Amino acid sequence: MHKNKTRAVIEVKNLSFAYDKDLILEDINLMIFEKDFMVFIGPNGGGKSTLVKLMLGINPLQKGSITILDKSIRKSISQIGYVPQNTNINLNFPIKAIEVVMMGKSSLRTSLFGYKKEEVHHAMELLEKVGMQEFANSKIGSLSGGQRQRVMIARALCADPKILLLDEPTSSIDTDGQKQIYELLKELNKEITIIVVSHDISVLLEYASKVAHINKKLSFHDISSIKNIETKSDHICEVELLEMLGKCKC
Amino acid sequence: MLEALSYEFIQNALIAGVLVSLISGIIGSLIVANRMVFLAGGIAHAAYGGIGIAIFTGIPIFLGTSLFAVAAALFMAFITINQRENIDVFIGLTWAVGMAIGIILVDLTPGYNVDLLSYLFGSILAVNRDDLYFMGSLFVVILFVITFWYRNILAVSYDSEYAALSGINVKFFYTLILILSALTVVIAIKVVGLILVIALLSIPVYIAQRLSSSLFSMMLISGLIASVFTTIGLWFSYSFNITSGASIILVSALSLMLFMLLSKLK
Ligand SMILES: Nc1ncnc2c1ncn2[C@@H]1O[C@H](COP(=O)(O)OP(=O)(O)O)[C@@H](O)[C@H]1O
Ligand SMILES: [Mg+2]
Repeated sequence: MHKNKTRAVIEVKNLSFAYDKDLILEDINLMIFEKDFMVFIGPNGGGKSTLVKLMLGINPLQKGSITILDKSIRKSISQIGYVPQNTNINLNFPIKAIEVVMMGKSSLRTSLFGYKKEEVHHAMELLEKVGMQEFANSKIGSLSGGQRQRVMIARALCADPKILLLDEPTSSIDTDGQKQIYELLKELNKEITIIVVSHDISVLLEYASKVAHINKKLSFHDISSIKNIETKSDHICEVELLEMLGKCKC
Repeated sequence: MLEALSYEFIQNALIAGVLVSLISGIIGSLIVANRMVFLAGGIAHAAYGGIGIAIFTGIPIFLGTSLFAVAAALFMAFITINQRENIDVFIGLTWAVGMAIGIILVDLTPGYNVDLLSYLFGSILAVNRDDLYFMGSLFVVILFVITFWYRNILAVSYDSEYAALSGINVKFFYTLILILSALTVVIAIKVVGLILVIALLSIPVYIAQRLSSSLFSMMLISGLIASVFTTIGLWFSYSFNITSGASIILVSALSLMLFMLLSKLK
Protein backbone atom coordinates (compact mmCIF):
# COMPACT_ATOMS: atom_id res chain seq x y z
CA MET A 1 0.00 0.00 0.00
CA HIS A 2 1.70 3.13 -1.19
CA LYS A 3 -0.38 5.51 0.93
CA ASN A 4 0.22 3.88 4.27
CA LYS A 5 0.88 7.17 6.07
CA THR A 6 -2.70 8.40 5.66
CA ARG A 7 -5.36 7.30 8.08
CA ALA A 8 -8.01 4.69 7.51
CA VAL A 9 -11.42 6.20 6.77
CA ILE A 10 -13.23 2.88 6.69
CA GLU A 11 -12.22 -0.25 8.54
CA VAL A 12 -14.14 -3.49 8.09
CA LYS A 13 -13.30 -6.38 10.40
CA ASN A 14 -14.43 -10.02 10.21
CA LEU A 15 -17.68 -9.02 8.57
CA SER A 16 -20.19 -11.72 7.59
CA PHE A 17 -23.73 -11.18 6.41
CA ALA A 18 -26.74 -13.30 5.40
CA TYR A 19 -30.20 -12.15 4.21
CA ASP A 20 -32.04 -15.27 5.23
CA LYS A 21 -29.89 -18.33 5.64
CA ASP A 22 -27.58 -17.97 2.64
CA LEU A 23 -24.31 -16.36 3.54
CA ILE A 24 -23.80 -13.43 1.14
CA LEU A 25 -20.57 -12.06 2.60
CA GLU A 26 -18.07 -14.13 4.52
CA ASP A 27 -15.33 -12.84 6.78
CA ILE A 28 -14.61 -9.59 4.99
CA ASN A 29 -11.60 -7.58 6.15
CA LEU A 30 -10.91 -4.26 4.49
CA MET A 31 -9.19 -0.95 5.10
CA ILE A 32 -9.89 2.08 2.99
CA PHE A 33 -7.58 5.06 3.39
CA GLU A 34 -8.00 8.77 2.94
CA LYS A 35 -8.08 9.85 -0.74
CA ASP A 36 -8.18 6.27 -1.97
CA PHE A 37 -10.01 5.64 -5.23
CA MET A 38 -11.26 2.21 -4.27
CA VAL A 39 -13.06 0.05 -6.82
CA PHE A 40 -15.14 -3.03 -5.98
CA ILE A 41 -15.57 -5.51 -8.79
CA GLY A 42 -17.14 -8.95 -8.91
CA PRO A 43 -19.97 -10.95 -10.49
CA ASN A 44 -23.63 -9.99 -10.28
CA GLY A 45 -25.04 -11.20 -7.00
CA GLY A 46 -21.56 -11.37 -5.52
CA GLY A 47 -22.56 -9.13 -2.63
CA LYS A 48 -21.14 -5.74 -3.67
CA SER A 49 -24.34 -3.80 -3.05
CA THR A 50 -24.86 -5.72 0.17
CA LEU A 51 -21.45 -4.57 1.43
CA VAL A 52 -22.23 -1.00 0.39
CA LYS A 53 -25.52 -1.11 2.28
CA LEU A 54 -23.78 -2.49 5.34
CA MET A 55 -21.36 0.42 5.26
CA LEU A 56 -24.29 2.82 5.14
CA GLY A 57 -26.21 1.11 7.91
CA ILE A 58 -29.10 0.26 5.54
CA ASN A 59 -28.39 -3.40 6.24
CA PRO A 60 -27.92 -4.13 9.95
CA LEU A 61 -24.60 -5.55 11.13
CA GLN A 62 -24.81 -9.25 12.00
CA LYS A 63 -21.25 -10.33 12.57
CA GLY A 64 -18.04 -8.31 12.61
CA SER A 65 -17.61 -4.57 12.72
CA ILE A 66 -17.40 -1.51 10.49
CA THR A 67 -15.74 1.69 11.67
CA ILE A 68 -16.00 4.89 9.69
CA LEU A 69 -13.60 7.71 10.56
CA ASP A 70 -12.91 5.95 13.87
CA LYS A 71 -16.56 6.00 14.87
CA SER A 72 -19.60 3.77 14.53
CA ILE A 73 -21.64 3.94 11.30
CA ARG A 74 -24.49 5.69 13.03
CA LYS A 75 -22.27 8.50 14.28
CA SER A 76 -20.45 9.12 11.04
CA ILE A 77 -23.14 8.42 8.49
CA SER A 78 -23.29 12.11 7.59
CA GLN A 79 -19.67 11.85 6.41
CA ILE A 80 -20.65 9.53 3.57
CA GLY A 81 -22.28 10.69 0.37
CA TYR A 82 -24.13 7.87 -1.36
CA VAL A 83 -25.18 7.38 -4.97
CA PRO A 84 -27.48 4.32 -5.15
CA GLN A 85 -27.25 1.63 -7.82
CA ASN A 86 -30.61 2.28 -9.38
CA THR A 87 -31.35 5.93 -9.93
CA ASN A 88 -33.99 5.26 -12.56
CA ILE A 89 -36.63 5.10 -9.88
CA ASN A 90 -39.85 7.06 -9.97
CA LEU A 91 -39.12 8.74 -13.31
CA ASN A 92 -42.64 10.14 -13.55
CA PHE A 93 -42.23 11.88 -10.24
CA PRO A 94 -42.63 15.62 -10.68
CA ILE A 95 -39.44 16.94 -9.14
CA LYS A 96 -36.77 19.31 -10.43
CA ALA A 97 -33.08 18.45 -10.47
CA ILE A 98 -32.30 21.16 -7.95
CA GLU A 99 -34.92 19.83 -5.53
CA VAL A 100 -33.29 16.41 -5.70
CA VAL A 101 -29.95 17.97 -4.82
CA MET A 102 -31.49 19.78 -1.87
CA MET A 103 -32.62 16.43 -0.51
CA GLY A 104 -28.98 15.90 0.40
CA LYS A 105 -28.48 15.40 4.07
CA SER A 106 -27.51 18.78 5.46
CA SER A 107 -30.52 20.68 4.26
CA LEU A 108 -33.21 18.30 5.45
CA ARG A 109 -33.48 19.36 9.05
CA THR A 110 -35.46 22.44 8.22
CA SER A 111 -38.50 20.93 6.69
CA LEU A 112 -41.00 23.77 6.48
CA PHE A 113 -42.56 24.41 3.14
CA GLY A 114 -40.23 26.07 0.65
CA TYR A 115 -36.46 26.37 0.34
CA LYS A 116 -34.07 28.84 1.90
CA LYS A 117 -31.97 31.15 -0.26
CA GLU A 118 -28.65 29.73 0.98
CA GLU A 119 -29.82 26.21 0.25
CA VAL A 120 -30.75 27.05 -3.32
CA HIS A 121 -27.42 28.82 -3.71
CA HIS A 122 -25.48 25.85 -2.34
CA ALA A 123 -27.40 23.43 -4.55
CA MET A 124 -26.66 25.57 -7.61
CA GLU A 125 -22.95 25.49 -6.75
CA LEU A 126 -23.04 21.72 -6.54
CA LEU A 127 -24.89 21.45 -9.84
CA GLU A 128 -22.21 23.67 -11.34
CA LYS A 129 -19.53 21.40 -9.91
CA VAL A 130 -21.04 18.40 -11.71
CA GLY A 131 -21.72 20.44 -14.85
CA MET A 132 -25.49 20.41 -14.59
CA GLN A 133 -26.32 24.02 -13.73
CA GLU A 134 -28.33 24.54 -16.94
CA PHE A 135 -30.64 21.72 -15.95
CA ALA A 136 -31.41 22.90 -12.42
CA ASN A 137 -35.08 23.38 -13.22
CA SER A 138 -35.55 20.36 -15.49
CA LYS A 139 -37.75 17.53 -14.34
CA ILE A 140 -35.55 14.69 -13.15
CA GLY A 141 -37.33 12.21 -15.45
CA SER A 142 -36.55 14.27 -18.54
CA LEU A 143 -32.78 14.02 -18.06
CA SER A 144 -30.59 11.36 -19.68
CA GLY A 145 -29.13 8.58 -17.55
CA GLY A 146 -25.74 10.27 -17.34
CA GLN A 147 -27.22 13.65 -16.50
CA ARG A 148 -29.38 12.13 -13.79
CA GLN A 149 -26.35 10.38 -12.34
CA ARG A 150 -24.56 13.74 -12.08
CA VAL A 151 -27.51 15.18 -10.22
CA MET A 152 -27.37 12.23 -7.82
CA ILE A 153 -23.66 12.89 -7.28
CA ALA A 154 -24.49 16.53 -6.50
CA ARG A 155 -27.11 15.33 -4.02
CA ALA A 156 -24.55 13.05 -2.39
CA LEU A 157 -22.13 15.99 -2.10
CA CYS A 158 -24.74 18.21 -0.49
CA ALA A 159 -23.71 17.41 3.08
CA ASP A 160 -19.99 17.94 2.38
CA PRO A 161 -19.01 14.30 2.89
CA LYS A 162 -15.47 13.01 3.40
CA ILE A 163 -16.28 9.83 1.52
CA LEU A 164 -18.27 9.35 -1.68
CA LEU A 165 -19.75 5.89 -2.23
CA LEU A 166 -21.19 5.03 -5.66
CA ASP A 167 -22.88 1.75 -6.56
CA GLU A 168 -22.47 1.03 -10.29
CA PRO A 169 -22.81 4.68 -11.27
CA THR A 170 -22.30 4.07 -14.96
CA SER A 171 -24.23 0.89 -15.65
CA SER A 172 -26.92 2.59 -17.73
CA ILE A 173 -24.80 5.22 -19.41
CA ASP A 174 -23.08 5.36 -22.82
CA THR A 175 -19.28 5.30 -23.04
CA ASP A 176 -18.87 9.06 -23.38
CA GLY A 177 -21.08 9.63 -20.37
CA GLN A 178 -19.13 7.06 -18.38
CA LYS A 179 -15.85 8.78 -19.13
CA GLN A 180 -17.26 12.12 -18.03
CA ILE A 181 -18.52 10.67 -14.77
CA TYR A 182 -15.12 9.15 -14.01
CA GLU A 183 -13.33 12.38 -14.88
CA LEU A 184 -15.63 14.11 -12.43
CA LEU A 185 -14.87 11.51 -9.75
CA LYS A 186 -11.16 11.94 -10.39
CA GLU A 187 -11.53 15.66 -9.83
CA LEU A 188 -13.49 15.07 -6.61
CA ASN A 189 -10.88 12.53 -5.49
CA LYS A 190 -8.43 15.39 -4.98
CA GLU A 191 -10.38 16.25 -1.87
CA ILE A 192 -12.37 13.20 -0.79
CA THR A 193 -12.17 9.42 -0.71
CA ILE A 194 -14.01 7.69 -3.55
CA ILE A 195 -15.45 4.16 -3.38
CA VAL A 196 -17.03 2.81 -6.57
CA VAL A 197 -18.70 -0.46 -7.43
CA SER A 198 -18.07 -0.96 -11.12
CA HIS A 199 -17.86 -3.42 -13.98
CA ASP A 200 -15.87 -1.17 -16.24
CA ILE A 201 -12.34 -2.50 -16.46
CA SER A 202 -11.24 0.75 -18.07
CA VAL A 203 -11.91 2.47 -14.76
CA LEU A 204 -9.66 0.15 -12.89
CA LEU A 205 -6.73 0.95 -15.04
CA GLU A 206 -7.17 4.64 -15.46
CA TYR A 207 -8.65 5.83 -12.22
CA ALA A 208 -8.54 3.26 -9.43
CA SER A 209 -5.89 3.32 -6.75
CA LYS A 210 -7.06 0.00 -5.29
CA VAL A 211 -9.21 -2.84 -6.53
CA ALA A 212 -11.03 -5.45 -4.49
CA HIS A 213 -12.90 -8.40 -5.92
CA ILE A 214 -16.04 -9.40 -4.05
CA ASN A 215 -17.76 -12.73 -4.48
CA LYS A 216 -18.87 -13.73 -1.02
CA LYS A 217 -15.24 -13.28 0.01
CA LEU A 218 -13.05 -10.31 -0.67
CA SER A 219 -9.64 -10.39 -2.30
CA PHE A 220 -7.38 -7.50 -3.13
CA HIS A 221 -5.73 -6.87 -6.45
CA ASP A 222 -2.63 -4.99 -7.20
CA ILE A 223 -3.38 -2.53 -9.97
CA SER A 224 0.03 -2.97 -11.60
CA SER A 225 -0.47 -6.72 -12.00
CA ILE A 226 -3.76 -6.11 -13.78
CA LYS A 227 -2.00 -3.74 -16.09
CA ASN A 228 0.53 -6.47 -16.74
CA ILE A 229 -2.15 -8.93 -17.68
CA GLU A 230 -3.54 -6.43 -20.11
CA THR A 231 -0.28 -5.48 -21.71
CA LYS A 232 0.91 -9.08 -22.01
CA SER A 233 -2.12 -10.26 -23.93
CA ASP A 234 -3.03 -7.46 -26.25
CA HIS A 235 -6.57 -8.47 -27.10
CA ILE A 236 -8.19 -9.70 -23.97
CA CYS A 237 -11.85 -9.04 -23.56
CA GLU A 238 -13.24 -7.44 -20.44
CA VAL A 239 -15.23 -10.50 -19.44
CA GLU A 240 -12.17 -12.74 -19.54
CA LEU A 241 -10.20 -10.22 -17.57
CA LEU A 242 -12.91 -10.05 -14.92
CA GLU A 243 -12.90 -13.83 -14.70
CA MET A 244 -9.15 -13.97 -14.31
CA LEU A 245 -9.35 -11.39 -11.57
CA GLY A 246 -11.91 -13.52 -9.85
CA LYS A 247 -9.68 -16.59 -9.89
CA CYS A 248 -6.19 -15.30 -9.30
CA LYS A 249 -5.02 -14.56 -5.82
CA CYS A 250 -2.69 -11.70 -6.57
CA MET B 1 -80.48 24.79 -13.92
CA LEU B 2 -79.60 27.90 -11.90
CA GLU B 3 -82.62 27.52 -9.64
CA ALA B 4 -81.12 24.17 -8.57
CA LEU B 5 -78.37 26.14 -6.85
CA SER B 6 -80.87 27.51 -4.35
CA TYR B 7 -81.56 24.07 -2.89
CA GLU B 8 -79.53 23.42 0.20
CA PHE B 9 -78.75 19.82 -0.75
CA ILE B 10 -77.32 20.97 -4.06
CA GLN B 11 -75.19 23.60 -2.32
CA ASN B 12 -73.96 20.97 0.14
CA ALA B 13 -73.22 18.58 -2.70
CA LEU B 14 -71.20 21.21 -4.56
CA ILE B 15 -69.21 22.19 -1.47
CA ALA B 16 -68.60 18.53 -0.62
CA GLY B 17 -67.57 17.81 -4.20
CA VAL B 18 -64.98 20.59 -4.24
CA LEU B 19 -63.66 19.81 -0.73
CA VAL B 20 -63.29 16.12 -1.46
CA SER B 21 -61.69 16.91 -4.82
CA LEU B 22 -59.07 19.18 -3.30
CA ILE B 23 -58.30 16.58 -0.63
CA SER B 24 -58.16 13.83 -3.25
CA GLY B 25 -55.75 15.92 -5.30
CA ILE B 26 -53.32 16.18 -2.40
CA ILE B 27 -53.62 12.65 -1.06
CA GLY B 28 -54.07 11.07 -4.50
CA SER B 29 -50.75 12.65 -5.56
CA LEU B 30 -49.06 11.04 -2.56
CA ILE B 31 -50.72 7.70 -3.23
CA VAL B 32 -49.63 7.65 -6.87
CA ALA B 33 -46.13 8.96 -6.09
CA ASN B 34 -45.65 6.28 -3.42
CA ARG B 35 -47.11 3.59 -5.68
CA MET B 36 -49.81 2.79 -3.17
CA VAL B 37 -52.79 2.74 -5.53
CA PHE B 38 -53.57 -0.93 -4.93
CA LEU B 39 -53.05 -0.44 -1.21
CA ALA B 40 -55.51 2.46 -1.16
CA GLY B 41 -57.97 0.29 -3.09
CA GLY B 42 -57.64 -2.32 -0.36
CA ILE B 43 -58.37 0.25 2.32
CA ALA B 44 -61.38 1.57 0.39
CA HIS B 45 -63.00 -1.84 0.20
CA ALA B 46 -62.03 -2.83 3.72
CA ALA B 47 -63.76 0.36 4.87
CA TYR B 48 -67.06 -1.36 4.16
CA GLY B 49 -66.39 -3.39 7.30
CA GLY B 50 -66.53 -0.10 9.19
CA ILE B 51 -69.84 0.78 7.59
CA GLY B 52 -71.19 -2.59 8.75
CA ILE B 53 -69.92 -2.08 12.29
CA ALA B 54 -71.41 1.42 12.43
CA ILE B 55 -74.81 0.22 11.25
CA PHE B 56 -74.75 -2.80 13.56
CA THR B 57 -73.74 -0.88 16.69
CA GLY B 58 -75.56 2.32 15.89
CA ILE B 59 -72.51 4.62 16.07
CA PRO B 60 -72.24 7.40 13.47
CA ILE B 61 -71.28 6.06 10.05
CA PHE B 62 -68.33 8.43 9.53
CA LEU B 63 -66.91 7.53 12.92
CA GLY B 64 -67.24 3.78 12.45
CA THR B 65 -65.87 3.87 8.92
CA SER B 66 -62.97 6.15 9.86
CA LEU B 67 -61.90 3.99 12.78
CA PHE B 68 -62.11 0.82 10.74
CA ALA B 69 -60.34 2.31 7.71
CA VAL B 70 -57.55 3.71 9.88
CA ALA B 71 -57.19 0.32 11.56
CA ALA B 72 -56.95 -1.31 8.14
CA ALA B 73 -54.36 1.32 7.12
CA LEU B 74 -52.28 0.66 10.24
CA PHE B 75 -52.43 -3.06 9.59
CA MET B 76 -51.27 -2.54 6.00
CA ALA B 77 -48.53 -0.16 7.14
CA PHE B 78 -47.33 -2.75 9.63
CA ILE B 79 -47.36 -5.51 7.02
CA THR B 80 -45.73 -3.54 4.20
CA ILE B 81 -43.02 -2.04 6.39
CA ASN B 82 -42.00 -5.36 7.88
CA GLN B 83 -42.36 -7.64 4.94
CA ARG B 84 -41.88 -6.76 1.33
CA GLU B 85 -42.91 -10.12 -0.07
CA ASN B 86 -46.51 -11.22 -0.48
CA ILE B 87 -47.77 -7.68 0.08
CA ASP B 88 -50.38 -8.27 -2.62
CA VAL B 89 -51.79 -11.23 -0.74
CA PHE B 90 -52.23 -9.21 2.43
CA ILE B 91 -53.80 -6.30 0.60
CA GLY B 92 -56.22 -8.66 -1.16
CA LEU B 93 -57.01 -10.31 2.14
CA THR B 94 -57.76 -7.04 3.95
CA TRP B 95 -59.79 -5.93 0.94
CA ALA B 96 -62.02 -9.03 1.00
CA VAL B 97 -62.26 -9.63 4.74
CA GLY B 98 -63.27 -6.02 5.40
CA MET B 99 -66.09 -6.26 2.86
CA ALA B 100 -67.20 -9.65 4.20
CA ILE B 101 -67.40 -8.31 7.76
CA GLY B 102 -69.47 -5.38 6.52
CA ILE B 103 -71.90 -7.51 4.56
CA ILE B 104 -72.46 -9.95 7.43
CA LEU B 105 -72.95 -7.23 10.02
CA VAL B 106 -75.50 -5.50 7.82
CA ASP B 107 -77.27 -8.88 7.39
CA LEU B 108 -77.35 -9.32 11.15
CA THR B 109 -78.74 -5.85 11.85
CA PRO B 110 -82.42 -6.40 12.59
CA GLY B 111 -84.86 -4.59 10.34
CA TYR B 112 -82.15 -2.63 8.61
CA ASN B 113 -82.68 -2.35 4.91
CA VAL B 114 -79.44 -0.68 4.00
CA ASP B 115 -79.05 0.96 0.67
CA LEU B 116 -75.87 -0.86 -0.23
CA LEU B 117 -75.69 0.95 -3.55
CA SER B 118 -75.28 4.33 -1.87
CA TYR B 119 -72.03 3.10 -0.31
CA LEU B 120 -70.84 1.37 -3.43
CA PHE B 121 -71.54 4.33 -5.71
CA GLY B 122 -71.77 7.34 -3.40
CA SER B 123 -74.57 9.57 -2.26
CA ILE B 124 -73.28 13.07 -2.67
CA LEU B 125 -76.80 14.52 -2.87
CA ALA B 126 -77.39 13.28 0.68
CA VAL B 127 -74.44 15.16 2.19
CA ASN B 128 -75.46 17.10 5.32
CA ARG B 129 -73.88 19.80 7.43
CA ASP B 130 -72.08 17.37 9.76
CA ASP B 131 -70.54 15.64 6.78
CA LEU B 132 -69.26 18.99 5.56
CA TYR B 133 -67.71 19.76 8.96
CA PHE B 134 -65.96 16.40 8.90
CA MET B 135 -64.62 17.00 5.39
CA GLY B 136 -63.58 20.55 6.27
CA SER B 137 -61.68 19.39 9.35
CA LEU B 138 -59.83 16.73 7.39
CA PHE B 139 -58.90 19.34 4.78
CA VAL B 140 -57.45 21.60 7.48
CA VAL B 141 -55.50 18.74 9.06
CA ILE B 142 -54.05 17.75 5.70
CA LEU B 143 -53.05 21.34 4.92
CA PHE B 144 -51.22 21.51 8.26
CA VAL B 145 -49.42 18.23 7.69
CA ILE B 146 -48.34 19.24 4.19
CA THR B 147 -47.16 22.68 5.33
CA PHE B 148 -45.09 21.41 8.22
CA TRP B 149 -43.66 18.29 6.66
CA TYR B 150 -43.63 18.99 2.93
CA ARG B 151 -39.95 18.30 2.46
CA ASN B 152 -39.93 15.16 4.55
CA ILE B 153 -42.95 13.84 2.69
CA LEU B 154 -41.36 14.80 -0.64
CA ALA B 155 -38.15 12.99 0.27
CA VAL B 156 -39.94 9.86 1.47
CA SER B 157 -42.17 9.77 -1.61
CA TYR B 158 -39.38 10.28 -4.12
CA ASP B 159 -36.69 8.02 -2.67
CA SER B 160 -37.48 6.41 0.66
CA GLU B 161 -34.13 4.63 1.01
CA TYR B 162 -32.23 7.87 0.65
CA ALA B 163 -34.67 9.63 2.94
CA ALA B 164 -33.99 7.06 5.64
CA LEU B 165 -30.24 7.64 5.21
CA SER B 166 -30.78 11.36 5.74
CA GLY B 167 -32.28 10.60 9.12
CA ILE B 168 -35.95 10.98 8.18
CA ASN B 169 -38.31 8.67 10.05
CA VAL B 170 -39.60 6.93 6.93
CA LYS B 171 -41.91 4.54 8.83
CA PHE B 172 -43.63 7.45 10.55
CA PHE B 173 -44.29 9.33 7.31
CA TYR B 174 -45.29 6.20 5.45
CA THR B 175 -47.83 5.41 8.16
CA LEU B 176 -49.00 9.03 8.23
CA ILE B 177 -49.62 8.97 4.48
CA LEU B 178 -51.58 5.73 4.84
CA ILE B 179 -53.73 7.10 7.69
CA LEU B 180 -54.52 10.26 5.72
CA SER B 181 -55.31 8.05 2.71
CA ALA B 182 -57.73 6.03 4.84
CA LEU B 183 -59.56 9.16 6.02
CA THR B 184 -59.63 10.51 2.48
CA VAL B 185 -61.11 7.24 1.27
CA VAL B 186 -63.84 7.54 3.90
CA ILE B 187 -65.02 10.95 2.71
CA ALA B 188 -64.54 10.08 -0.94
CA ILE B 189 -66.91 7.12 -0.43
CA LYS B 190 -69.62 9.69 0.27
CA VAL B 191 -69.00 11.36 -3.07
CA VAL B 192 -68.27 8.54 -5.52
CA GLY B 193 -68.70 5.33 -3.49
CA LEU B 194 -66.07 2.82 -2.47
CA ILE B 195 -65.85 1.08 -5.83
CA LEU B 196 -64.95 4.31 -7.59
CA VAL B 197 -62.73 5.89 -4.94
CA ILE B 198 -59.53 4.79 -6.61
CA ALA B 199 -60.55 6.38 -9.90
CA LEU B 200 -61.18 9.71 -8.17
CA LEU B 201 -57.85 9.48 -6.38
CA SER B 202 -55.81 8.56 -9.43
CA ILE B 203 -57.30 9.88 -12.71
CA PRO B 204 -56.78 13.60 -11.96
CA VAL B 205 -53.29 12.79 -10.68
CA TYR B 206 -52.31 11.02 -13.89
CA ILE B 207 -53.26 14.12 -15.85
CA ALA B 208 -51.62 16.50 -13.39
CA GLN B 209 -48.41 14.48 -13.35
CA ARG B 210 -47.71 15.44 -16.96
CA LEU B 211 -48.45 19.09 -16.32
CA SER B 212 -46.45 19.62 -13.15
CA SER B 213 -42.80 20.03 -12.33
CA SER B 214 -43.15 19.72 -8.56
CA LEU B 215 -45.10 17.64 -6.08
CA PHE B 216 -46.80 20.77 -4.81
CA SER B 217 -48.05 21.80 -8.25
CA MET B 218 -49.20 18.22 -8.90
CA MET B 219 -51.28 18.34 -5.72
CA LEU B 220 -52.79 21.68 -6.64
CA ILE B 221 -53.48 20.85 -10.29
CA SER B 222 -55.01 17.44 -9.47
CA GLY B 223 -57.24 19.10 -6.89
CA LEU B 224 -58.46 21.67 -9.39
CA ILE B 225 -58.96 19.09 -12.15
CA ALA B 226 -60.86 16.82 -9.76
CA SER B 227 -63.07 19.76 -8.71
CA VAL B 228 -63.97 20.43 -12.32
CA PHE B 229 -64.75 16.73 -12.95
CA THR B 230 -66.89 16.45 -9.82
CA THR B 231 -68.85 19.58 -10.60
CA ILE B 232 -69.51 18.57 -14.21
CA GLY B 233 -70.37 15.03 -13.11
CA LEU B 234 -72.74 16.39 -10.50
CA TRP B 235 -74.46 18.54 -13.09
CA PHE B 236 -74.98 15.50 -15.37
CA SER B 237 -76.20 13.53 -12.39
CA TYR B 238 -78.77 16.17 -11.49
CA SER B 239 -79.91 16.90 -15.04
CA PHE B 240 -80.37 13.32 -16.18
CA ASN B 241 -81.16 11.81 -12.78
CA ILE B 242 -78.25 9.34 -12.89
CA THR B 243 -76.00 8.05 -10.09
CA SER B 244 -73.58 10.83 -9.17
CA GLY B 245 -70.51 8.69 -8.46
CA ALA B 246 -70.70 6.91 -11.79
CA SER B 247 -71.26 10.10 -13.73
CA ILE B 248 -68.29 11.82 -12.02
CA ILE B 249 -66.00 8.92 -12.82
CA LEU B 250 -67.15 8.71 -16.44
CA VAL B 251 -66.50 12.42 -16.89
CA SER B 252 -63.02 11.89 -15.41
CA ALA B 253 -62.21 8.82 -17.49
CA LEU B 254 -63.38 10.42 -20.74
CA SER B 255 -61.31 13.52 -19.98
CA LEU B 256 -58.28 11.37 -19.29
CA MET B 257 -58.68 9.62 -22.65
CA LEU B 258 -59.10 12.96 -24.40
CA PHE B 259 -56.01 14.28 -22.62
CA MET B 260 -53.93 11.26 -23.63
CA LEU B 261 -55.15 11.53 -27.21
CA LEU B 262 -54.27 15.23 -27.35
CA SER B 263 -50.82 14.69 -25.86
CA LYS B 264 -50.17 11.90 -28.41
CA LEU B 265 -51.14 14.18 -31.28
CA LYS B 266 -48.82 16.96 -30.11
N1 LIG C 1 -33.01 -7.45 0.26
C1 LIG C 1 -32.57 -8.70 -0.06
N2 LIG C 1 -33.17 -9.79 0.48
C2 LIG C 1 -32.73 -11.03 0.19
N3 LIG C 1 -31.71 -11.29 -0.65
C3 LIG C 1 -31.08 -10.26 -1.22
C4 LIG C 1 -31.48 -8.91 -0.96
N4 LIG C 1 -30.67 -8.08 -1.67
C5 LIG C 1 -29.80 -8.88 -2.33
N5 LIG C 1 -30.03 -10.18 -2.07
C6 LIG C 1 -29.27 -11.32 -2.58
O1 LIG C 1 -27.95 -11.19 -2.11
C7 LIG C 1 -27.03 -11.54 -3.12
C8 LIG C 1 -26.05 -10.41 -3.33
O2 LIG C 1 -26.72 -9.31 -3.90
P1 LIG C 1 -26.03 -7.91 -4.17
O3 LIG C 1 -25.30 -7.49 -2.96
O4 LIG C 1 -27.06 -6.99 -4.71
O5 LIG C 1 -24.97 -8.29 -5.31
P2 LIG C 1 -24.18 -7.36 -6.34
O6 LIG C 1 -24.43 -5.93 -5.96
O7 LIG C 1 -22.77 -7.77 -6.19
O8 LIG C 1 -24.70 -7.68 -7.70
C9 LIG C 1 -27.83 -11.89 -4.35
O9 LIG C 1 -27.92 -13.29 -4.42
C10 LIG C 1 -29.18 -11.29 -4.09
O10 LIG C 1 -30.19 -12.07 -4.67
MG1 LIG D 1 -25.32 -4.38 -6.97
